[in-house]
Amino acid sequence: MSIFEYNGSALVAMVGKNCFAIASDRRLGVQLQTIATDFQRIFKIHDKLFLGLSGLGSDAQTLHQRLVFRHKLYQLREERDMKPETFASLVSAMLYEKRFGPYFCQPVIAGLGEDDKPFICTMDSIGAKELAKDFVVAGTASESLYGACESMFKPDMDHEELFETISQALISSVDRDCLSGWGGHVYIVTPTEVTERILKGRMD
Amino acid sequence: MDVPKTGFSFDLCRRNEMLTKKGLKSPGYLKTGTTIVGLIFENGVILGADTRATEGPIVADKNCEKIHYMAPNIYCCGAGTAADTEAVTDNISSQLKLHRYHTGRESRVVTALTLLKSHLFRYQGHVSAALVLGGVDVTGPHLHTIYPHGSTDTLPFATMGSGSLAAMAIFESEYREGLTREEGVNLVTKAICSGIFNDLGSGSNVDVCVIEKGKKEYLRNHLTPNPRTYISSKGYTFSKKTEVLLTKITPLKELVDVVQVGGGDAMEE
Repeated sequence: MSIFEYNGSALVAMVGKNCFAIASDRRLGVQLQTIATDFQRIFKIHDKLFLGLSGLGSDAQTLHQRLVFRHKLYQLREERDMKPETFASLVSAMLYEKRFGPYFCQPVIAGLGEDDKPFICTMDSIGAKELAKDFVVAGTASESLYGACESMFKPDMDHEELFETISQALISSVDRDCLSGWGGHVYIVTPTEVTERILKGRMD
Repeated sequence: MDVPKTGFSFDLCRRNEMLTKKGLKSPGYLKTGTTIVGLIFENGVILGADTRATEGPIVADKNCEKIHYMAPNIYCCGAGTAADTEAVTDNISSQLKLHRYHTGRESRVVTALTLLKSHLFRYQGHVSAALVLGGVDVTGPHLHTIYPHGSTDTLPFATMGSGSLAAMAIFESEYREGLTREEGVNLVTKAICSGIFNDLGSGSNVDVCVIEKGKKEYLRNHLTPNPRTYISSKGYTFSKKTEVLLTKITPLKELVDVVQVGGGDAMEE
């Protein structure tokens, strides 16, 4: 079994019209046994920047703590929040630093940049950035997610339609993956508000 | 305050080795399966690359950029592990910029070549980056290939990556010295297309970069021979809504605008 399949995870982020959505599943497992059904994989860095971490749960939490630390230092020095593109470069550099002994995590970064333009990106475990204009996926369910997002995604959706699309893509993909599921956690971010919703899914 | 050290850090290696011994396989990295090419034409250098990034057998990125900026007159195509090609080209690009400030001159291709090959040799091939470096400087146009272990070749036309055989077949049959710009671009496009259609690790679109003395032209997505064939104009509509258990809406704080009230010089008597 691969190290990425130890805890199981599913993450997806999508771009809409002046908004973005980031969603994850809620299962934490130890190989095939489920030990938690409310595991937090998406973390807020600041009001308009969210970070999702898939892969090994302990590395995800460690990486999140280190990144929050670096971002707080940045806020103190620069007296402003980090732009999503800058944050993505920071995460990439931190992951590449551990090139020969990496963190077993695949981050998904989603944020509203300058002029509230949505930005999403994902990376492999050693920091190779993959910027996309439509959607990014990560986790054990990534292959199903690629298929679901590729067919369900439309450009320039408003936040209601974006929520529906990302939720349907997530739920249908995790239903085909044993290691992720037990509901979904979706954040929809527009320039004026952040909507957090918990989805009902199959509990198996 | 704790200033972070530069360079690679190996503190997780022992833990990772322990996990591998316990039977947990280590992850695969994002690779750029790739077809990258370069050729010298009458006035300079033309570089070409496909745009597919793979993660095992899955296409992770359908339109990634493989032609990296090194200096205003030097570009580098990268194949191999994506993180390595990006990191090594960014690193050497910064070093070249500092060197330009120090010397006050335009960078030379051999400088970039030496910096890249020294870096790759120092890591004995573990930094898995295979590069095609091309540019035009005061001494003329140059084209080099750099292998992950640090060896280099200087060639009039070169191909690297999993699609290199397909592309080299085109070059070997049609390359000649003194090609014009248009002929060169067409030949590079043909070679990359041969890689895209015949090699499974390469795909999507063709990127081309033409570097001549004093100017360069980066033709991103010069050719897109793989568009999405069946696109439903209506897209998906979901009749049944997703079941939601809990909704929490957090309005974002509005930044307060401070406007001067009354006169500006309140302190004056």
